[in-house]
Amino acid sequence: MAARNPGVDFNGSWLENVYINLPAVQRRADTLGTRRTVKKQWQAAWLLRAVACIDLTTLSGDDTESNVSRLCFKAKNPVREDLLKAMKMEDAGITVGAVCVYPSRVADAVRALKAANGSHIPVASVATGFPSGQYPLETRLEEIRYAVKQGATEIDIVINRQMALTGNWKGVYDEVRLMKEACGEAHLKTILATGELGSLTNVYKASMTCMMAGADFIKTSTGKEGVNATFMVALVMVRAIREYFHKTDYKVGFKPAGGIRAAKDACTWLSLMKEELGDEWTSPQLFRLGASALLIDIERQLFHFVYGGRYAAAHEIPMS
Amino acid sequence: MMSASTQPRQVNSVAEIFKTLDYGPAPEADNVAKAWLDDHGKSFGHFIDGKWVKPEGRKTYETKNPATGEVLATTIQGVKEDVDMAVKSARRAYESWNKTPPHVRARHLYSVSRHIQKHMRLVSVVETMDNGKPIRETRDADIPIVVRHFYHHAGWAQLMDTEMKEWKSLGVIGAIVPWNFPLMLLTWKICPALAMGNTVVLKPATYTRLSALLLAEICAEAGLPPGVFNVVTGSGEMGSCLASHPDVDKVAFTGSTQVGQTLRQLTAGTGKKLSLELGGKSPVVVFETADLDSTVEGLVDAIWFNQGQVCSAGSRLIVQESVHDKLVAKLKERLTHFRLGDSLDKTIDMGALVDESQRKTIEEYVEGARREGAQVYQAENCIPSRGCYYPPTIITNVQTVSKVVVEEIFGPVLVVLPFRTAKEAITLANNTIYGLASSVWTENVSLAMEVGLSIKAGTVWINCHNIFDAASGFGGYKQSGYGRDGGKEGLYEYVRPKWEERHQPNVADFDVNKFGATLPQRPTIDSVDAVEIPHDGIKMPRIDRTYKIYYGGAQKRPDAPYARPVINPDGKVVGHVGEGNRKDIRNAVEEAHKAAPGWGKRAAHNRAQIVYYLAENLEIRREEIADRICKMSGKSREDGLREVDISIQRLFHWGAYCDKYGGTVQETTLYGATVKVHEPVGVIGIACSDSYPLLGFVSLFAPAVVRGNTVVIIPSEKYPLVALDLYQVFDTSDLPGGVVNIITGDRDHLTKYLAEHQDVQSMWYFGSAEGSKFVEYISAENVKRTWVNYGMDREWENPEQGQGEEFLYHSVQVKNIWIPMGDIFAN
Repeated sequence: MAARNPGVDFNGSWLENVYINLPAVQRRADTLGTRRTVKKQWQAAWLLRAVACIDLTTLSGDDTESNVSRLCFKAKNPVREDLLKAMKMEDAGITVGAVCVYPSRVADAVRALKAANGSHIPVASVATGFPSGQYPLETRLEEIRYAVKQGATEIDIVINRQMALTGNWKGVYDEVRLMKEACGEAHLKTILATGELGSLTNVYKASMTCMMAGADFIKTSTGKEGVNATFMVALVMVRAIREYFHKTDYKVGFKPAGGIRAAKDACTWLSLMKEELGDEWTSPQLFRLGASALLIDIERQLFHFVYGGRYAAAHEIPMS
Repeated sequence: MMSASTQPRQVNSVAEIFKTLDYGPAPEADNVAKAWLDDHGKSFGHFIDGKWVKPEGRKTYETKNPATGEVLATTIQGVKEDVDMAVKSARRAYESWNKTPPHVRARHLYSVSRHIQKHMRLVSVVETMDNGKPIRETRDADIPIVVRHFYHHAGWAQLMDTEMKEWKSLGVIGAIVPWNFPLMLLTWKICPALAMGNTVVLKPATYTRLSALLLAEICAEAGLPPGVFNVVTGSGEMGSCLASHPDVDKVAFTGSTQVGQTLRQLTAGTGKKLSLELGGKSPVVVFETADLDSTVEGLVDAIWFNQGQVCSAGSRLIVQESVHDKLVAKLKERLTHFRLGDSLDKTIDMGALVDESQRKTIEEYVEGARREGAQVYQAENCIPSRGCYYPPTIITNVQTVSKVVVEEIFGPVLVVLPFRTAKEAITLANNTIYGLASSVWTENVSLAMEVGLSIKAGTVWINCHNIFDAASGFGGYKQSGYGRDGGKEGLYEYVRPKWEERHQPNVADFDVNKFGATLPQRPTIDSVDAVEIPHDGIKMPRIDRTYKIYYGGAQKRPDAPYARPVINPDGKVVGHVGEGNRKDIRNAVEEAHKAAPGWGKRAAHNRAQIVYYLAENLEIRREEIADRICKMSGKSREDGLREVDISIQRLFHWGAYCDKYGGTVQETTLYGATVKVHEPVGVIGIACSDSYPLLGFVSLFAPAVVRGNTVVIIPSEKYPLVALDLYQVFDTSDLPGGVVNIITGDRDHLTKYLAEHQDVQSMWYFGSAEGSKFVEYISAENVKRTWVNYGMDREWENPEQGQGEEFLYHSVQVKNIWIPMGDIFAN
């Protein structure tokens, strides 16, 4: 990952005079995919880049060692060998960006990645009472420490929505500050749960607050809210990242998560990052796509590219 | 099993692109469009009477793809005979098309709409190749709007008998359209024209003829009867030929202000209707309370849509000083990843300009600004190596006196002007001869609405720019023209009142320079019809009644104190009125302008109260005023009383309309509200006819003032006394000073100065055929709206003729305010 964001002192004035016009943001979001498109080998290369940015995720109550292991092996070998060879990419060492699991499954993931020769792939753990965050601060912080101890190098925390919705941004800041400390060396990703923040202005304020508190990434959603990663919400967040960068010179990453399934959308996500923040924000150091089913669709598109327009059946692609 | 496409040059290998994440080409296939050109042997004639017509011996014009310079096809340069043939065909078709039941016309328009949809990609590609605009725009904007327009107007055809009861078709429409949205803008003309039962002869622009010809072919395929829609190609001169063709009943034009003015002069006095959608220098007003990141994208839509070759381009960025630097920095940053390229590439922001001459004009403007010391910012390294391109450009450190700020550039050039307060922003926004469009950017709703209503422009977009829909009329204020394209408001350009026939006076030889030039040179000391009053057995002369002119709410002596006798049919002088002149007109117009903002902003209810009160006070003087009518005009007492009574009714009629014609909500595709506001036209000059000295006067001033205009009105030249009696009625009815200003004198002499006044927004003239020609001709100068009678008087007593919807049409101008809504996106 990139140089970390140490954060800054809470500055309430950065949350003042925030104006977000939803219809205008929506218009930009709607035309992202029509102003830019990639075809042929460009599309293939972009899809591979998207693969490298995926946080391959399983966050279910019924997760066990077996499906976590499967996920980790897929993380190490995200694209079929024959496809990579056809694109002369077999030696590029393409893996996904990270695997993402619950704290109790971190140890399983670390073990499985080791077995798959993929120990360099980070294990990300959700924490802090994911997905609701409605737990005491003490236990929420303890979850972080636990996950780090188990080997997680990235922690995806959820912010305190009660504080956000009541305008207590200093409260949000203080909690995230403590979570940052609890992370130690692990990178901090802050999930804003944008679908529960009520307004785009709150999305912006939450973004800015988390970055001030030292978030290395800001992330749209837990995947459990009614509305998850939309381009519209993403625009507000990446514009906040840009503003924070202008103010502090610190680069903060962005992770949309939840509901991202189509390969075509993966290219639009990359294009959004490229257009709004620049090329540097299109690498896994500063961009992650939180997803589970997306990888299969990307692989099918690559199959289509490699095999002269034939569409693969899902069962031809190894599942994760 | 490897496909060939995985074996390209190393530079475009997957591995390389994986590293750089560069964009690649994403070309739209042009094979079908080329096959269409080939099917025509790359050679096109006119499309007349449902057939291709290629007369012998015509000059030709090669139409090119500006992105590549490639010749696409050869077209012909039509001549007068060709225009004659097309108009004849349209006239023949009109006889049956006009009688075709509305429902059948609706079916035809619906069918055309469906057929365009079927050929949508072909149409988009042809348009892009011919014009140079990005395929994304033709695919996502131009052509969907074309389809939507036909759909919407199929509906108007269907509803004509119910929604346009008072109106009928005109006849043959001559449509002349520009090259910037070749198909979209012609559609804006032909849809309402055909829906209302007219037929059309269209002249597309020289640079861009192909999509019009393709549309003609598609219309034929869709079953539109031959001759209903004809296309003739040719030079600008041929456009003039079409406009001046005697059998053309209306000219519909979109293009430059200069050509619009020429067309106004060319058609003056002929009884042809004219609508003009002309140039613009539209402001984008950005407040510190705006979403600046979204504003940047809005500016991309405003000034870099279609390479800035948009009449409504937001070319003046008027930004609050407190966020000026921030916004400019964001805008410059945006341009670092702006993509120019081949128009058929699906991954570009901006395509090629239409022609090299256009590029040169733009360059001259920008170089001029540089020489003046302005700062010119242009994104570097974004210009393709071949093709006709100009980079997106931002000019700062530039002032209101600069040419780039004043004139329409019609290219991707944005000028930036800072402002301090909202009031100053409005003044800057309105500091232009144009008034086509504008946008306002702020999250403060109260501010947005107030500024939106204060900007004098036909369209106001709140927090967006360049959004169009068939249900909302598009057109300008001031020198951006008159008439609207789209919406119900657009239909009025293609109809006339049912009772009225086109009057075609023979005034071709009349020299407008001689009109109204001099006043009568004779002294006016006459024998007065003396009235004596008996008192205590003594006969006293009646106290002299001196009628004055009236402006600013006060009775004034004329600038040059000459008197003008009012002579009754027996040759007796029944009174004297002031002989108004140029300076009186000047003063009255000043007063009318002073009164206009306050009057326009009055609550409608208050205006209604005043107008009803006028009626009340007029009725108190019913008999006296009837007597005066009789005495002046020799009418019978019964007729005199009837004229007063109808005038009172008419005041009630228009009083009633004070609060019932403010506008409506348009059903556009916008999520939010598109609000049509019937705004006042401004200061209206009115010249009354002689036939009904009171009723004619009331019938004209009342609709104007109820809709918030102020007027300078010339009463009946022959019988002006009753109009002057009214100023006492005005004064006792709380009508604010300056709302109605009355100047007596020589109608044509006074008309001349009203029509020539640059700050009179509309001229209504009810006089001679020559005067009508003069008014239309001279109004070209400031693109004034006009309403003239071509020398034909109307039956003022008849409600159909004396108080129809026509009066409202002339009393308002339509502004559409687009207000997108939404703040809710999740829980």
